[in-house]
Amino acid sequence: MKPFEYNRANDLDHAARLTSDGARPIAGGTNLLDLMKLEIETPDALVDINRVPLGGIEPDGDELRIGALVTNSACAADERIRRDYPVLARAILAGATFQLRNKATTAGNLCQRTRCYYFYNTEMPCNKREPGSGCSAIGGFNRIHAVLGASDACIATYPGDMAVALCALNATVEIATAEGHTRSVPVRAFHRLPDDAPERDNVLEPGEVITAVVLPAPPGGKHVYRKVRDRSSYAFALVSIAAVVRMDGGAIASAALAFGGLAHKPWHDERVDALLVGEVPSDALFDKAADLLLDGAQGHGTNDFKIPMARRTLKAVLREVTGDAE
Amino acid sequence: MALIINGREYAFEGDPRTTLLDFLRRDCDLTGTKKGCDHGQCGACTVLVNGQRINSCLTLAVMHDGESVTTIEGLGTIDDLHPLQAAFVKHDGYQCGYCTPGQICSAKAMLEEAANNWPSFVSENLSGETRLTPDEIRERMSGNLCRCGAYSNIVDAIVEVMEREQ
Ligand SMILES: Cc1cc2nc3c(=O)[nH]c(=O)nc-3n(C[C@H](O)[C@H](O)[C@H](O)COP(=O)(O)OP(=O)(O)OC[C@H]3O[C@@H](n4cnc5c(N)ncnc54)[C@H](O)[C@@H]3O)c2cc1C
Ligand code: SF4
Repeated sequence: MKPFEYNRANDLDHAARLTSDGARPIAGGTNLLDLMKLEIETPDALVDINRVPLGGIEPDGDELRIGALVTNSACAADERIRRDYPVLARAILAGATFQLRNKATTAGNLCQRTRCYYFYNTEMPCNKREPGSGCSAIGGFNRIHAVLGASDACIATYPGDMAVALCALNATVEIATAEGHTRSVPVRAFHRLPDDAPERDNVLEPGEVITAVVLPAPPGGKHVYRKVRDRSSYAFALVSIAAVVRMDGGAIASAALAFGGLAHKPWHDERVDALLVGEVPSDALFDKAADLLLDGAQGHGTNDFKIPMARRTLKAVLREVTGDAE
Repeated sequence: MALIINGREYAFEGDPRTTLLDFLRRDCDLTGTKKGCDHGQCGACTVLVNGQRINSCLTLAVMHDGESVTTIEGLGTIDDLHPLQAAFVKHDGYQCGYCTPGQICSAKAMLEEAANNWPSFVSENLSGETRLTPDEIRERMSGNLCRCGAYSNIVDAIVEVMEREQ
């Protein structure tokens, strides 16, 4: 690990002063330290934000505000989350292990970096790690890589589970800017596509600190999180789907779907949600939804299987969530 | 600054790069906690911080000023084994033993999480009482790898302690 200066912040102003000077926030450390040991991340200074009061899950009118430092364990065990936002509890429980979730925080989880093998291998070119060096995954081994929204510069995926559920729930990220203001960004717009700047995973600007994630009023309906992976526990998603669907008199009254493992960001396609609303569930309808989702999907060789896998997973999830057993 | 480890205070003044794991093993001479992968993947370094199980390899000692850490040395002694240690011996919950301290620390915290009704990925209902079936135990212990493959005996050892506690 490269040497760095360590400071602990006790309040948000203090943290913001340090991040404005270029220090990197560290929360649970489960992603950042892993990458620092491998010298993929080499910050000159860290600001430990664990003692900044950004914990707690508090209602705000109909909304529920999850502090940036709430651990994944605490979030998944919270009674309101389990009752009103089960898709979020399920997605969190599908990720990592109890040990890791006891440290992993809401903000750190959102900002976790890709698991692309070449990003992790400092011997190989990687545009995300070293802009301009090239992408070893294109034409290489790309089993875990993107089939939607990739670019010629990078085909990595966003690996997390929690954010996929937050995307289906249309949650909002609350951010303190370096100038001391607050801005809000929908989770659906928080992560970026790689385009020609894959070194940027999300829209956070230097010096900004995430303060919370805000869930809208409970959406009701049925919630499903399905994760397809190489082992039944403790593995990242090949494909995952978060679905929140409400039925009314045999037809789909509302639908919000988000997809993990397919792109550089948790994928949300409002055309898919819109196609389903007002329709009676059927296999033909589910196929149409998959056609729309995967319109333009492109495999890169070893990950070609993800395209049919996404279709089958989507159909299975839609069957489960609409109660249609066809 | 100092950490309270197994009830005793240990001063820390080292390089901030020191992980909690390296601090325990190298500076405190508490070598019961093992270094396996050093990347949070194997669970051999599991310890309890403020009662919760974590991977000590993925956290810095300097981040735990004033906090309380329990390692395998804090659970039992040769003459007075912790019930989980005794059950691991009885059921042969290991072969080489390298993962065992992590397994036992992890199991201790797991029993408390279940007593607090924390759900897991395999829980059918998110709410309500947690019943630790063997499937639940396997899921909840999936962060502790055993390369000798003593898993079935590990589950038996945990089940025995759990049944005795109930
Ligand atoms: C073996 C292993 C398996 C895993 N499996 C899964 C899995 O299956 N599914 C899954 O979703 N995840 C998985 N993870 C990833 C894990 O969920 C993340 O490491 C964790 O959520 C990161 O949170 P943290 O608080 O530890 O972040 P840190 O490591 O502290 O930080 C991560 C990033 O977020 C930034 N950051 C943290 N807090 C803030 C803030 N408030 N404002 C701005 N920036 C901030 C940091 O600067 C850093 O860039 C796994 C991890 C490991 C090691
Ligand atoms: S896919 Fe992205 S992260 Fe992976 S090697 Fe290419 S540029 Fe790097």
